[in-house]
Amino acid sequence: MIYDTLIAPFAEFEFMRRALAGTIALAFGAGPIGVFLMLRRMSLVGDAMAHAVLPGAAVGFLLSGLNLFAMAAGGLVAGFVVAVAAGLVARSTELKEDASLAAFFIISLALGVTIVSVKGTNIDLLHFLFGTVLALDNQMLVLIAINATVTVVGLAVIYRPLVLECVDPGFLRSVSGAGAPAHIAFLALLVVNLVSGFHALGTLLAVGIMILPAVTARFWARDITAMMVIGAVSALISGYAGLLVSYHSGVPSGPAVILVAGAIYAVSLLFGRVGGLVWQAFPGKHLEA
Amino acid sequence: MTAQLQFRNLTLGYDRHPAVHHLDGAVEAGTLTAVVGPNGAGKSTLFKGVVGVIKPLAGSVERGGLSLQDIAYLPQIAEIDRSFPISVYDMVAMGLWRGKGLFGSIGAKDRDTIESAIATVGLTGFESRAIGTLSGGQMQRMLFARLLLQDARVIVLDEPFNAIDAKTSADLLALVHRWHSEKRTVLAALHDLELIKAHFPQALLLAREPVAWGATADVLTPDNIVKARRMCEAFDEHAEACVVAA
Repeated sequence: MIYDTLIAPFAEFEFMRRALAGTIALAFGAGPIGVFLMLRRMSLVGDAMAHAVLPGAAVGFLLSGLNLFAMAAGGLVAGFVVAVAAGLVARSTELKEDASLAAFFIISLALGVTIVSVKGTNIDLLHFLFGTVLALDNQMLVLIAINATVTVVGLAVIYRPLVLECVDPGFLRSVSGAGAPAHIAFLALLVVNLVSGFHALGTLLAVGIMILPAVTARFWARDITAMMVIGAVSALISGYAGLLVSYHSGVPSGPAVILVAGAIYAVSLLFGRVGGLVWQAFPGKHLEA
Repeated sequence: MTAQLQFRNLTLGYDRHPAVHHLDGAVEAGTLTAVVGPNGAGKSTLFKGVVGVIKPLAGSVERGGLSLQDIAYLPQIAEIDRSFPISVYDMVAMGLWRGKGLFGSIGAKDRDTIESAIATVGLTGFESRAIGTLSGGQMQRMLFARLLLQDARVIVLDEPFNAIDAKTSADLLALVHRWHSEKRTVLAALHDLELIKAHFPQALLLAREPVAWGATADVLTPDNIVKARRMCEAFDEHAEACVVAA
């Protein structure tokens, strides 16, 4: 019975194994990236960038059909262009970065949907918007695994300036010029992960596998290292449980993964040891010192 | 005496509006100088210029051959994100950046150095606490421990004793005196005139432009202070381009 519920779907079907491998690889990169997005107050920036990937991937699709590399390359380029353009507009005008990103991403989303509709069907459009985690082929799996590896190594390289730029930017600038390059490298890693997430979960849900585990981790850890571990583990559990829910109930797999992540977040929000609502409501008797 | 910091016609500011205007002069090596002036006088701006965080609009700062990393900087506490999940120990360890850079590992000897700096400022036992749980005074002690590790020839302190109780101020002031006795050059932005008169031999009275600079007793006269206050009006949106020769 337990075997049938928890293991058999993956033992019996190759597409389930692929989906599981994909979500596991995704979790290793997305968890830590999400924690930094949250700590840098860039959660919505992540969302905006996820939509910005769409027109690039759509142009790749327009030119060469459902070709993985064309779509991934297009997505990468579009993500970078929007990130850099939004940064430049924010720097050189009175517009703040969030407003300029909002402007760019909403244009990107409309543009992307339009381009997909020119060539593809409504099914293609659904794939673009919500991903195809059950249809990951070998190439996509390799791409997602490479992206996860690059992310973990890349984060290790830029870890110190990235942390210090959040806590004490003035001090970082006084000891090192690494702040700006680290920020750009971080944006690059974000786009790389969004491209992975885009294939598995689609442009509308890709950022969910980053942000939900990260905000979950905030309720269980006070320390950034622990947060990244909890983020990755909770993304991993969401992937596994989401696939099972989807398999047994027939709901679409991408939304199922994100909904499981959302459920874990809701539980953490209530019962998390660090500032969960239930603990706040019943704090217990105050201590002696 | 040799000049550790030489300001040559230095103008610093934001968006072309000067916050420090045509500053000339030198900070001698090994001196202990208080920088005084009303809010908006340009004290923080001057310090950011000294540590290279902002670039001059005109003129220059010469640092007596020191690289920027040889200048330790204590930012105002308000510029630190205290909700960030980082421990006291890690925050202090950042003071080793000059020697460690992006990848250098922290060995047993470094751990001793870090522990002893934390002990010097009286924070032993707080190592694993998140910085968000510290009081204002403990926060400032932690930042002084980081300064100790930086082991810099020039130390720039932006309002180090703001909203700090008397005991903490006295402890931290003792560290400032220690740096002075080690022949380091210390610059501190301060508001407490009695404290400056008691502890700082040199003073620079700033009101966007330098009002007076020299021995503290000569600088902090009532006349000068009134003058500084008057000169420090808000910036003018419609100001003309400055015509003083560069």
